[in-house]
Amino acid sequence: MYRYDAFDQRLVDERVAQFRDQTHRFLTGELSEDDFRPLRLQNGLYIQKHAPMLRVAIPYGVVSSEQLRMLARIGRTYDRGYGHFTTRQNVQFNWPTLADVPDILADLATVQMHAIQTSGNCVRNITGDHFAGVAGDEVIDPRPYCELVRQWSALHPEFAYLPRKFKIAITGATTDRAAILVHDIGLQAVRNDSGDDGFRVIVGGGLGRTPVIGHVIREFLPRAQILNYLDAILRVYNRFGRRDNKYKARIKILVKEQTPPIFTTHVEAEWEHLKESAATVPDAEVERIAASFAPPPYASLSGDDADFRAALADNRGFGNWVKRNVFPHKVPGYAVVTLSLKKTGVPPGDATSDQMDAIADLADHYSFGEVRVSHEQNLIFADVRQSALQALWTKLKDLGLATPNIGLLTDIICCPGGDFCSLANAKSIPIAEAIQRRFDDLDYLHDLGELDINISGCMNACGHHHVGHIGVLGVDKNGEEWYQVSIGGTQGEHAALGKVIGPSFAAHEMPDVVARLLDVYVARRFADERFVDTARRLGIEPFKEHVYAAAH
Amino acid sequence: MPQLIKQGTVIVDCWVLVREAESLADLVDGEPVIVPLAFWLQARAVLIARGNACVWLRPDDDPATIAPDLRFLPVIAIDFPVFTDGRGYSTARLLRERYAYQGELRAIGDVQRDQLQYLAHSGFDAFALRAGDDAQAALESLRELSDGYQATGLRTPWFQRRADTSPPDGVRFPGA
Repeated sequence: MYRYDAFDQRLVDERVAQFRDQTHRFLTGELSEDDFRPLRLQNGLYIQKHAPMLRVAIPYGVVSSEQLRMLARIGRTYDRGYGHFTTRQNVQFNWPTLADVPDILADLATVQMHAIQTSGNCVRNITGDHFAGVAGDEVIDPRPYCELVRQWSALHPEFAYLPRKFKIAITGATTDRAAILVHDIGLQAVRNDSGDDGFRVIVGGGLGRTPVIGHVIREFLPRAQILNYLDAILRVYNRFGRRDNKYKARIKILVKEQTPPIFTTHVEAEWEHLKESAATVPDAEVERIAASFAPPPYASLSGDDADFRAALADNRGFGNWVKRNVFPHKVPGYAVVTLSLKKTGVPPGDATSDQMDAIADLADHYSFGEVRVSHEQNLIFADVRQSALQALWTKLKDLGLATPNIGLLTDIICCPGGDFCSLANAKSIPIAEAIQRRFDDLDYLHDLGELDINISGCMNACGHHHVGHIGVLGVDKNGEEWYQVSIGGTQGEHAALGKVIGPSFAAHEMPDVVARLLDVYVARRFADERFVDTARRLGIEPFKEHVYAAAH
Repeated sequence: MPQLIKQGTVIVDCWVLVREAESLADLVDGEPVIVPLAFWLQARAVLIARGNACVWLRPDDDPATIAPDLRFLPVIAIDFPVFTDGRGYSTARLLRERYAYQGELRAIGDVQRDQLQYLAHSGFDAFALRAGDDAQAALESLRELSDGYQATGLRTPWFQRRADTSPPDGVRFPGA
């Protein structure tokens, strides 16, 4: 992974000192709440229901065992012994005190971490493919470009006060695991017919109040031009994005109002002036960063481990786990393992400090000391020997991290919701838990197959409900919490938005609603057809009919 | 008179900011004035003949409008009605980098110390601080971040300077 040099480190240290001073001035009354708010937000600090919430950046979801131990320590020292991994590959602490935050940031800086621009109306943490570097369908490793863009975005003087937040995701594979179609900018690293590397550029996607699938504004951008082109997009947005209404301030609204072709013309015209700028990226810089992502020292293995095969045949529990939580690795004899943070009874994405310490030890032992965070809120060991899988599974089971449910109904994406978040209209974690409890039969879950349930506690859509096969949105009706259900959404390269099936439901009805949706699916699916495909084929009517027939 | 930081020092400023102007009668004879863009465009020839007149821009004013007149303007001010409106940063970069404006670029309005560094890197070299703010503290804030990754009006991108071993020292204005 990328390691800071003295320059990177100095910037982060200076930012800590700057924020310490800003916090001090706020606490002594020198800075008003209004003046301090944007400053603290640009450093990841929200004031939430119970306490400040600090969001720490995990750039493109890659974290070392040493960093994870620091997160564990921060959870223990300043919080209540846990952290929450988010749908943007970050980690949040829900219970620090404001006065402690500068010290937390100083601790983070000792392990090359920070909270810079994890909130606020600026360029947020860059997200990426959590299987980068190990997936068989990868064309170009996106991590060097993620890091390049991270550096470009960090403390960018021109773009600190944008109309609204700005999220960039990058992938280099044919399967989109980074949700590039629903980001302000999505970049797909591609190689053209001449063998040159560059990017397909997608702009104006996003979820939230107005969900939109992004538009391709350029099929091929030479990689040397990436920062010039980002400057051009951001400048057009900064100058012309709406600032009169925060619900219409994201770039997707600008793209929609101008229309994608006109917006593209503006960007290209701006880029025309910037093509020769000093920000043109030399090959040497890409190579310097890429060296940080050189493959770890893999052993030369056959890829067909007899003991592994035997264990698969003998042990059904192990077999289920491999089937759901283990992904093929491009190097023979290795495997990619997902640690499920979706055990029933635990808020999705939460890990205790003790778990984080244990995961760090396992990462050192089994996966070259590195852990990934996925936007589905799970953790990943990217480089595990096939022959070690059974031993690792046993240890993960003891830690409660081996629930064999990746991609299944109980692998629910869920925002913190009304339990923690002051924006929420409704709670989301108890809904996730009620559904998980209702569907606790593993055989049934495996029979249902791939099924994404995504839950958001408000229309800001942190739980990505629009792209859930089943999406749940918490709404407020006269002060009561209700839940609107949509079906047919998907993430990835065929991203689509779900359709609302009808009037919303009370919390206690939700497990039944899901059960009734599944009744229709099970009765009418074709062999090997996923829920979402059946839902698309049939449309919402039969589902709607069955669900509401029961309710009324 | 508001405090003005220019090129890294606190100075006494002679320019009078005229927020509203509709005719020459709104101006005091001979007084150096900074007038709204709309008025400049309306009374351009007279103002050039008068001398001692400069322009301030609103966040949504297009700097291209003023590009032909840059040689008449020793000062251009850019207004920040609230500091969270970041359009002026792009306006400043365009004036400096696209239109090669060499005169004083002044940030006016809701201008506070915590924005000074980014303003300076976007091309501003003068800051009319919000009334009551501590100018000395604001000056010191220019050194809070010693360097940065991006190409700005004041520096090339870090990846071009890796081999350079001279120590960074925050914002250094070309004229200072």
